[in-house]
Amino acid sequence: MDISEIKSQFPIFSNKVNGKPLVYLDSSNSSQKPISVLKTLDNFYKNEFSNVGRSIHSLAVNATNKFEETRTSIKTFINADSKNEIIFTKNATESINLVATTFGQQNIQKGDEILITELEHHSNYVPWHYLRETKGAIIKFAPINEDGDIIIDKFKELITKKTKIIAVTHLSNVTGTIVPIKEIVEIAHKKNIPVLVDGCQSAPHIKIDVKDLDCDFYAISCHKVYGPTGLGILYAKKKWLEKLPPYIGGGGMISEVKKDKITYAPVPEKYEAGTMPTAEVVAFNESIKFMQSIGIKNIMNHEKELTDYALEKLKKINSVNIIGNPKNKAGVISFTIKGVHPHDISTIVDEEGVAIRAGHHCCQILHQRLGLAATARASFGIYNNHEDIDILCKSIEKCRKVFNLK
Amino acid sequence: MDLKELYQDIILEHGKSPRNFGKCEGYNHQAKGHNPLCGDQIQIYLKVNNEKKVEDLTFEGSGCAISMASTSIMTELVKGKSFSIAKNIINAFLDMIKNAPDIKSSDLNEDQKTKIMSLSGVKQYPMRVKCATLAWHTLTSAMEGKGEEVNTEAID
Repeated sequence: MDISEIKSQFPIFSNKVNGKPLVYLDSSNSSQKPISVLKTLDNFYKNEFSNVGRSIHSLAVNATNKFEETRTSIKTFINADSKNEIIFTKNATESINLVATTFGQQNIQKGDEILITELEHHSNYVPWHYLRETKGAIIKFAPINEDGDIIIDKFKELITKKTKIIAVTHLSNVTGTIVPIKEIVEIAHKKNIPVLVDGCQSAPHIKIDVKDLDCDFYAISCHKVYGPTGLGILYAKKKWLEKLPPYIGGGGMISEVKKDKITYAPVPEKYEAGTMPTAEVVAFNESIKFMQSIGIKNIMNHEKELTDYALEKLKKINSVNIIGNPKNKAGVISFTIKGVHPHDISTIVDEEGVAIRAGHHCCQILHQRLGLAATARASFGIYNNHEDIDILCKSIEKCRKVFNLK
Repeated sequence: MDLKELYQDIILEHGKSPRNFGKCEGYNHQAKGHNPLCGDQIQIYLKVNNEKKVEDLTFEGSGCAISMASTSIMTELVKGKSFSIAKNIINAFLDMIKNAPDIKSSDLNEDQKTKIMSLSGVKQYPMRVKCATLAWHTLTSAMEGKGEEVNTEAID
């Protein structure tokens, strides 16, 4: 696999940042976009634009076909049973809100329990918190150990007769922990509890097979998967999409509208009210093709090798502390430097063209659990290479120098 | 941009060993400040006497070198001043960070001006301005005694 060839497909890397070549280590936040995705966005608006699913003229038919082709590609990409199990949303946050709201409306009563974990991003906590506020639900947090792994025995203990749904991330955006979803789903399903998986971090980096995982819901954020912003995916088992009430009401999601009665469209349209991010959906097909052209196994191998290399190098730098040491770790490395606040680290490495994130990464619960206000985070994409890690390490040395650390 | 202008020795030194750190005895005003972007939190403790003079001024919290140094320097400069002079200093500082090329204040001597000017490098780093201003906004809140938490995202 030729990483420099892959990198050359991303126009942003021909630019300089602060006069230095861009070392982009913020892919957990959002990935950069390959030229094929950008060209498709441009071409769709220039030559093919029409709204989808409504008009019957040629442009509309072509646009609708392309829109639906992406749905079919996603179905294959995550191995869903049917393309009708793929719902387009604004982002993964909306995907989770959709489930929390509609599932909550139908299934959550006062005192019912929702089980999440200490690893969750705010987007897989706040939507459930709304049910705590509006319905009197109870939210329980499955604890993690010092390595950043969910303690499965404790997780099991927290399941009660009142547990109505379990929501858990597939991959932590702080510790890089790859969560054993299959095991969690098996435990949950034995007690007939549905499981929502936050797949934001996993989708660009590890193989996703929703049939094998057997999860009930799976949320994906397309801008992290080498795709456009403004687009998310909700996979849900057909039984849920048919059973749950609609979420946002409006055009496109109805079947028949009368003054005294409205019936809803079948899935997936039932959940896609209003004009969708059409060009983004069409362009996202290219993101999937991009990943498939490399092969998910190759992506996993490359990022694993890169992570091992980075960990080895970072551990050699005095005063660098790596956060978590999970059993299975993806290309997300959060760290602190004793004596240098993460925001100062970020500002200093930025001068060297290195883009990392500093802060709580939308995981305040996890940071509280770890006893940290903030961390610095380097996260990888398929375009990163050893040179990027070397420059990161050199720029960390510069932090130490600026702060006169020994 | 020049990192040396941002991370001057005086900032690194105050960042590492902040002055007036802790809870002062007999404080009668306090306020919390929060920067939700980075999670930084500070608490300002203010002891004001009957003549509306800042008898003591301390803080607790954690944050980056810029926010710690800014808070530390602020406590040094405002301690012992009357409310009206304290307000002038706060306004002069905020003006310097946002607009003015240097500090305009008749209430500070040259040494104090040099100290406060060490924070002016932050102007070149727009994402870091809030690190420097958090404490000053929080002090204003403590002086006004509104008891509301200062949130940097709610301030222009």
